Amino acid sequence: MAFDAPEELEGFRTEVREWLEKNCPESMRTPLKDDEVVWGGKREKFKNPDSKVWLERMGEKGWTAPEWPAEYGGGGLNKAQARILQQELRRIKARPPLFSFGLWMFGPALLEFGNEEQKKRFIPDIVMGKTRWCQGYSEPGAGSDLAGLQTKCEDKGDHWLINGQKVWTSYADQADWIFCLVRTDRSVKHEGISFLVFDMETEGVEARPIKLISGSSPFCETFFTDVKVPKDQLVGQLNAGWTIAKRLLQFERSSISAGGFGGTGGSGILPPQEYAKQHVGVDETGRVSDGDLRARITDHLMYAKAFSLTVQRSTAEAKAGQEVGHTASIMKYAAAKMNQDKCELLVEALGTDGLGWSGDGFADDAKKATRGWLRSKGNSIEGGTSEINLNVVAKRVLGLRDHQ
Amino acid sequence: MNFVLSEDQQMLRDTAMAFARDEMPVTRLRELRDNGANGVDAETRGKLAELGFFGVLVPEEYDGVGLGMVAMGQIMEAQGRTIAATPLLQSAVLSASALSLGGSEAQKAEWLPKIATGEITMALAVDEGTHHAPLNIATEAERNGQGYTLNGAKRYVIDGHHADAFIIVARTFGEAGQAHGVSLFIVPNDANGLTVQALNTVDSHGAAHLHLEDVAVGEDQVIGAVDAGWEILEPALDRGRIALAAEALGSAQASFDMTLEYMQTRKQFGQLIGSFQGLQHRAAKMFTELELTRSCIAAALSGVDENRNYIAELASLAKAKASDLIHLVSNETVQFHGGIGMTDAHNSGLYMKRARVQEALLGGASFHRDRYAKLNGF
Repeated sequence: MAFDAPEELEGFRTEVREWLEKNCPESMRTPLKDDEVVWGGKREKFKNPDSKVWLERMGEKGWTAPEWPAEYGGGGLNKAQARILQQELRRIKARPPLFSFGLWMFGPALLEFGNEEQKKRFIPDIVMGKTRWCQGYSEPGAGSDLAGLQTKCEDKGDHWLINGQKVWTSYADQADWIFCLVRTDRSVKHEGISFLVFDMETEGVEARPIKLISGSSPFCETFFTDVKVPKDQLVGQLNAGWTIAKRLLQFERSSISAGGFGGTGGSGILPPQEYAKQHVGVDETGRVSDGDLRARITDHLMYAKAFSLTVQRSTAEAKAGQEVGHTASIMKYAAAKMNQDKCELLVEALGTDGLGWSGDGFADDAKKATRGWLRSKGNSIEGGTSEINLNVVAKRVLGLRDHQ
Repeated sequence: MNFVLSEDQQMLRDTAMAFARDEMPVTRLRELRDNGANGVDAETRGKLAELGFFGVLVPEEYDGVGLGMVAMGQIMEAQGRTIAATPLLQSAVLSASALSLGGSEAQKAEWLPKIATGEITMALAVDEGTHHAPLNIATEAERNGQGYTLNGAKRYVIDGHHADAFIIVARTFGEAGQAHGVSLFIVPNDANGLTVQALNTVDSHGAAHLHLEDVAVGEDQVIGAVDAGWEILEPALDRGRIALAAEALGSAQASFDMTLEYMQTRKQFGQLIGSFQGLQHRAAKMFTELELTRSCIAAALSGVDENRNYIAELASLAKAKASDLIHLVSNETVQFHGGIGMTDAHNSGLYMKRARVQEALLGGASFHRDRYAKLNGF
């Protein structure tokens, strides 16, 4: 493509830089505060008014979804241009304008499997952050064995009728719409699943937040009682939902291992060695006095470095046209381990300061580390447990067979 | 950081892998062991020299090929695959690096071409205790008229039993533990007062203790400035650590491949043992560690070629990860193979024996974790 000529790319860079200079509000160039994250949708309150302006401007350019087709409101950029946009955003330390399951998971799947009318109907509102989506996958009886899901969907001629229950629906109580796996044929397993989307305000939908060990409630139990869904809200073919589900899980796993992990700690938390220096102390050579803790922190730092080098290597190999897959498939497992180890070390290094819960007796960063540690236990469960990920590596990468 | 091999580097890698497979397979190491050769293999060394492998880090002006560390890493990884005994690490990496980094013009002209062409083998003798501690140098170099007199001992010097010349690390000032006062001396193997005590080692590669009693060396045999040898020694050691990590990666990969193959052929309870989840997950974890470690080694190798200023950190990262990796994989290889893994006839044991030597040489995981933590300010 003529677009890729170096001088044109540099021209594009200049254009982006000038546009960002004019359009990115000052406060959007400061570190993101936990309570100013924008998820969009009808309930979004925009605690910082600048974040509304920033989302609207980026959304109009389609730059919340830089590589999506312009005809649906996306940025229509090629890979090289999208990279430049990323670099320029990083350069001014711009906050992400939008956090969104629509951007990360549903949108990419819809672009691949949806019909023209559905793309025109749903994609633009994802790009603009007007609709907040949630994911209806897991059920009480279908976790790791997701294809065992039982939420019933009957064909009632002019509509679908849904009855059943979902669980671990992230932010279902805040979402406007849901993309949902339902059972349309009981006689087969994987081939009896379909992919539906519907409005969370439809009669018969109820979302109840689940309180977690960390004290927060990012997930819900979601109940469907005689929920009527219009026929044109089936995505893909009837009984072909599993293919979409698997593809979507790949988007989810890659967004998780790309750093979208819950429990990392968030802003204001120091690295574990800093807490160890403060709370455990150092000897006359500057080493953390607890040699055992020091070694385990180092081991973790090395693991984290190895992880980030592996991400770089796999990107470089993909760019050079070498087969990837190998490195991609181990990333979710490794990322979960890395994050959980870090959270454990933070709490250990903080000592009893890491064992507070609320109130003035404990510093904010320490309390965050405590909550983050509890939250991080989900890292090896959500989006495919570590055990399932190891199964995938054993079978797909190493070519080992199933037990007969 | 360059993670993708150039066409030339890929060709070299292919050549090295084919050479290891065809010319120095594990059966060769068995032959050497059973013939009492103690890891000394003049024939293979000659073939390696013909391929130019001893001159990979030596500049062209000194008869080398000057291809750099990424290239050297491919050769080391290949040699690791078959746990072959060669003096590449000592001669082509450690000694060539020390001379290139700190040698005088005359020293380079005298020694580098001989190393590069494989005419001689040179060995760096650092450690005096049982654990790698390059600052703990007690071997004394006393000023004596126009030169120095060396007294002391060096332990478990790999390839020491057949090296033609040594680079001896000795102290010209201060006391054990201090960087200032460390100096490097070139000492031929027939120097008066030098005794080479050959050792039979667990990996069948062999090594030697060196005893220095009033060994006289001239001023022209000092590499770099007197008392400032550490400035040459540390970067040379780091190149050696990275190369050794690449070798260990090759051994771990070969050991893992052997295990994976066994999982896909061995049956128990009417099932391939590779279908048991208890083994599948352990194999998947080993694979994860292999991939993570491979990235660290690739980064460290290219870091040297790109002259990065954090080589020490990358070297410790690579060597610590490689040591942990080969420890894990070599143990699991024996365990996964069961009874056959305990027999001398099977290769698992040879890989495990070599693994422990690869781990210990130039600092094990705990040495490098300590160093990495220090470099990171805690």
